Amino acid sequence: MIDFLIEHSPALIVAVPLLGAFLTPLIGKINDKVRNIFVILITLLTTSLILLMLNNFLPDATPITYVFGGGPANVGTSDAPYAIRILFEIDGMNAFMALIAGLLPLIAVIYSWGFLKDQTGQDKFYTLLLLMTAGMLGMILTGDLFNFFVFLEITSIASCALIAYRTDNKFSIQAGFKYIVISAIGALFLLFSVAIFYGQYDALNMAVIANNIKYGFLDKIALVILIAALAMKAGLAPMHMWIPDAYGRSPASVAIVLVGTTLASLYGGLRVIFTIYGKTLLDMGSTISPNIIIGFLLIALSILAIFVGVFLALKRSDFKKMIAYVAVAEIGYIFLAIGAALIRYDALKTVDSFTGEVISYGSGFYALQGGILHILNDALDIGLLLLVAGAVYFATKETSINKLGGLARNMKYTTIFFLIGFLAVSGMPPMNGFASKLLIYQSTYEVSPILGIIAILCSIMILAAFIKVFQSVFLGPEIPSLKNVREVPKSMLFAMGIIACIIIFIGLFPDFIIENLVTPAVDALHNSAGYISAITGGA
Amino acid sequence: MDVFYVPYLAVAALVLVGLYAVIFKRNLIKIVIGITLIESGVNLFLITLGYKEGSIAPIYTASPSSIMSMPVPQALTLTSIVIGVAVLALMLTLVIHIYRHYGTLDVRKIKEDEE
Repeated sequence: MIDFLIEHSPALIVAVPLLGAFLTPLIGKINDKVRNIFVILITLLTTSLILLMLNNFLPDATPITYVFGGGPANVGTSDAPYAIRILFEIDGMNAFMALIAGLLPLIAVIYSWGFLKDQTGQDKFYTLLLLMTAGMLGMILTGDLFNFFVFLEITSIASCALIAYRTDNKFSIQAGFKYIVISAIGALFLLFSVAIFYGQYDALNMAVIANNIKYGFLDKIALVILIAALAMKAGLAPMHMWIPDAYGRSPASVAIVLVGTTLASLYGGLRVIFTIYGKTLLDMGSTISPNIIIGFLLIALSILAIFVGVFLALKRSDFKKMIAYVAVAEIGYIFLAIGAALIRYDALKTVDSFTGEVISYGSGFYALQGGILHILNDALDIGLLLLVAGAVYFATKETSINKLGGLARNMKYTTIFFLIGFLAVSGMPPMNGFASKLLIYQSTYEVSPILGIIAILCSIMILAAFIKVFQSVFLGPEIPSLKNVREVPKSMLFAMGIIACIIIFIGLFPDFIIENLVTPAVDALHNSAGYISAITGGA
Repeated sequence: MDVFYVPYLAVAALVLVGLYAVIFKRNLIKIVIGITLIESGVNLFLITLGYKEGSIAPIYTASPSSIMSMPVPQALTLTSIVIGVAVLALMLTLVIHIYRHYGTLDVRKIKEDEE
């Protein structure tokens, strides 16, 4: 039984939430409580399948391929690989992302139990939430570019419907429309570049495309389109304007899963740059090698994202929107690290040619480590803050910072969670944000000192923005209209507590996470040949 | 110029007109139409890639011609059309809701969410 589960875990990870999504309305007919338990069980099952897969995968970290319908992945020879079948391929990077994508929905459904109590349309809410989970996990696990497009669309449709879940609020409808326009255009251009690849290489499989890629004129166009589309979906400035609306106007438990979908798009970008174009990144034939161009472009955009996010966060008076602008800045930090890693791509690590042991790591390696660890930290920190903002809204029915005050008296635990969240997001020790931001500061400083200084200064400004919010929302005199505010239900506290515990755990033991989860992911990104040969080298 | 290139020109025209509509038009319905135009352009691109002159559908065993068109792009297009319908339906639903709230579809008159 357990062997069967391990063998088929990649498929089951997507199949379980998908099946659960369509069973939810049926089970909802019985009563709300049974349905909530069912949804929590489904997400719990998905997360445990992911853990099972990780447990099986991590010790030797060789890519796993799961071919749907069985049989070998590759029906051609290794010279002319012809991988026609639909397959999932798991390497260190997807395994890491799958863990994030499994954790966030689990927390979201636990939180929703209290958060959505006595609201209408919950069956549809949970159905869409599970569909979003299935789409997100599919995006992360798939080894096929067209399937990536399909899962991207599943995720976008489900998340758009969830952003506009409160149809009586005109701003959430507006946010939903903005989101669907952005994601429809992004996905269509992604499909366009899939067609460019198919026209040239007769393949949809990422490994086969990566194996054959020649970096000709059409490939350059496809690269530009793919990076633009995926960065737009990931909310990199200047295409960030949908993020504050989408995070700020959707229910908090949707917003936290939305953070996951944004990061899944970011993962898509990483996969395109490092795996599909991995062979051509250090193309010395051209005057400036591609890694430098992409690296500087990403750094320029990420600096813009950090500035936009931080300055607009200081200005906002809406609690959730302010957090959403900080999320824009955090995405900027991740891209900053990726850009720095690309510029230093040739100096990732020095390997002893005789024994094959790693002698020393370059700054590019640390940049990539910091960036990937920051993906996890961003999901946890921004997720926690969004949940806190949701809890404040739940208790007071108020989102404007100016109208809130003195909440610490009645909402002790929420206050503590907010404190943990904002210290983590601004990179204060001993929270998780410190570990990843320190890696980012160090490695970007080596690329250019100015970048490191900007990164540190903007972190301090994020802290300043949050201290302002903390002062005006949780401290200060009691506001008469908020006298009868009570602490939020236990399920919401429990959900926030899980994230807070993970934040502190990573903050105290960053080495454990870096060694066991982040380094395999960095190696997987760096070693595109390993990803390719798992498919093309015969199964 | 070869006749073979005409579909590609149509693809470029459809995508560019669609992008123009999305970026510059003020009416929400026209923005939705723009997205559908881009989608048609991409679908046409996929179909054109798999087409060969004088080819037949790859479903006959005793076929009159040995040239067959590639079935994969057609399968992709079919999937893409189905997804497109879902996205279109969702977008129109949101447009209806926006109209109910604001009584207009002009983006200049729809109040921006400033808070």
